[in-house]
Amino acid sequence: MEVLIILIPVSLGLGGLGLVAFLWTLRSRQYEDPRGDAERILSDEWDDRPKPPPG
Amino acid sequence: MTDIGVDHQARLSACPACDAAPLAQRMAGVADAGAAGDLILSLPGIHCAACITDVERTLGATPGVRAARVNLTLRRVTVDAPGMTADDLIPVLDGIGYEAHELDPSALTASAADRQGRDILMRIGVSGFAMMNVMILSVAVWSGAEAATREMFHWISAAIALPTVAFAGQPFFASALRALRAGRLGMDVPISLALILASAVSLYETILQGRHAYFDAAVMLCFFLLVGRYLDYRTRAVARSAAEELSALEVPRAILLRDGAEVPTPVADLRPGDLILVRPGARIAADGIVERGSSDIDRSALTGESIPVAASPGIGLTAGEVNLTGPLTLRVTAAGRDSSLARLTALVASAESARGRYTSVADRMSRAYAPAVHVLALASFGFWLWRTGDARVAVNVAAAVLIITCPCALGLAVPAVVTAASGRLFRRGLLIKNATALERLAEIDTVIFDKTGTLTMGMPRLKSLDPLPPDLRAIAAALAGGSAHPLSQSLAAALAAVAPAQLDDLRELPGHGVEARWQGRRVRLGRAEWVGADDVRAEGAATWLAVDGGPVIRLDFDDRLRPGAEDCVAALQRSGRQVLLLSGDNSAAVADIAGRLGIANWQSGMTPGEKAATVAELSGGGRRVLMVGDGLNDTAALAAAHASISPASALDAARVASDVVLMGNDLAPVADALELARRARRRIHENFGLSIAYNVVAVPFAMMGLATPLLAALAMSASSLSVTLNALRLR
Repeated sequence: MEVLIILIPVSLGLGGLGLVAFLWTLRSRQYEDPRGDAERILSDEWDDRPKPPPG
Repeated sequence: MTDIGVDHQARLSACPACDAAPLAQRMAGVADAGAAGDLILSLPGIHCAACITDVERTLGATPGVRAARVNLTLRRVTVDAPGMTADDLIPVLDGIGYEAHELDPSALTASAADRQGRDILMRIGVSGFAMMNVMILSVAVWSGAEAATREMFHWISAAIALPTVAFAGQPFFASALRALRAGRLGMDVPISLALILASAVSLYETILQGRHAYFDAAVMLCFFLLVGRYLDYRTRAVARSAAEELSALEVPRAILLRDGAEVPTPVADLRPGDLILVRPGARIAADGIVERGSSDIDRSALTGESIPVAASPGIGLTAGEVNLTGPLTLRVTAAGRDSSLARLTALVASAESARGRYTSVADRMSRAYAPAVHVLALASFGFWLWRTGDARVAVNVAAAVLIITCPCALGLAVPAVVTAASGRLFRRGLLIKNATALERLAEIDTVIFDKTGTLTMGMPRLKSLDPLPPDLRAIAAALAGGSAHPLSQSLAAALAAVAPAQLDDLRELPGHGVEARWQGRRVRLGRAEWVGADDVRAEGAATWLAVDGGPVIRLDFDDRLRPGAEDCVAALQRSGRQVLLLSGDNSAAVADIAGRLGIANWQSGMTPGEKAATVAELSGGGRRVLMVGDGLNDTAALAAAHASISPASALDAARVASDVVLMGNDLAPVADALELARRARRRIHENFGLSIAYNVVAVPFAMMGLATPLLAALAMSASSLSVTLNALRLR
């Protein structure tokens, strides 16, 4: 059962990681325009950040 | 990929794929109100990636625009363009085929509501992750972890669950405190009690190295109840944001004449004595008397009359009427709070409060529920204290009773069904504005329609071209093309295939008609007295065509039915509901429409007060009345009825007074909505039945002291899931 000493912190850590990721998506307003974001991946425009230089 | 010329009222049909987008996709992030000074335009026609690119690229290339960002979910674009107005940008978008309307940012309060939505989402996230972790540990305990292992797991669970309950349970604690301060027992009092008691008893048991801890149940309760609360919130937020958009479309502004200069002024700043200019096509902003100019006035919104009336200096006009043909200068007699528009709104507000007292099924349930649960828990505590004399056992049993009866499923029973039903109705073009509207719609047995603008489009249509000899058609087409009067426009549309004749000196005499010279002879199209007709029958809408030295020809018009009106009335009558038609228009016009739709019970020449009185009389006779209307003359009746629906084309005051707004032109969804509301009510009752059944089975176990944390977790998740799945059957 000594393996629990490792496993429990690991499982708690993973859960915490998921929570932090969820809070980040919430904070960075990623649920603001879900349909627009779904469509924007089809667009050639680089509108969230500057287009990288060619080449 | 562009939707050129999409009617903004038919916005829902602009793109079938968009209609099918579930409400779920709207999520909480509805705010894009942006920084102060940003312009917000509504774009009803956009629906795809190409639309986004077109709009953003075009606006970005417009001089003076710093940034533009489209929100496809809300069909809006936020433009950062200091010093520019919407009037500069709308033609730009119009040029590339996108219909755009200015939205009044002050009417869009989405950002505050959005914070609330994100707040609930965050609590759901926290309790969800905590639930998963605690559940992993609890499964180990249930499957037989003993002694030190169990103790350690309980302590870890406590470390996760206690902060989670303290954070995620705050909405319930706050609302329970409010209820207690007001001397009531809402749903939230037993919820809070269960959360606090479960946490406290579990912590106590953990300290004493006991067998049972309910940390998983406490966190699960938080999670499920927050999901129910979020569904409830989102239904309201979506309806509110769309309703706000409707009112934001009417930016209230008037053109004030000050020392001869035209100054656009908010309507709220108008004072009696001010001179305002009302352009053709504009709605009159304040009550006033005509100083200069003559025109035709469409007062259908106020009286239901379908035929425009003439206005000339000295005539009094009322806010809400529409100026049709010529520019008018008005001396304001009453503005703001004193105008007849505001008086009507006050009338509505008093009637609204009566409807606000309607108690929903959920309210009635929670009123009976909270005392029952507390009595049960107290009885168990008393019984076990008397039997064993051990307070620890008694408290444990009482806590188990509270946890098992905690209204997880009850909290989801109504929101899950209402979300499913209003999502469905939204896709059909109906916007539910009021939380209890769905329940009230299910009870309707009598439907009252207004005529002009509700059953009909409020636009005249030429009855027949037959009275017009072929050789005069070219002249009629040319004359009609020279006027913005609705009768002329409809005549021009009917004669679209005819090449207009060559006319000279074409001029419009507002309030009279159009006049021109044709091969040296005077030709006139307009009012009977003006063109010199003998046949001045008052009935129906008509215009007269006269060629100097020739006969005077009468052209009759009738009103076009709204699409789906026949189906809607037929479906309502088939379902056994009584259908009535109440109109302020003359009896000939009303009889014609009633005959076409097969409505036997109709009244014409009704004043707003009479309409409301009829509604009150029917309600007094025990009938549940649905009022469908669009005009100011309907607002009192809309507010007095058990439930009310108005089309999106209706005046703001009428939309405010109604529970449901019909977004499209088609009337057919009204009948469907009543059927769907009945099905939704049945689902709600089934859901209550389900969750009560779970309690009836589980509570005796809890009271006998046989409840384990495993049993509590099973009952809770099984009842919540079955209630949600049952609600989804509505789709």
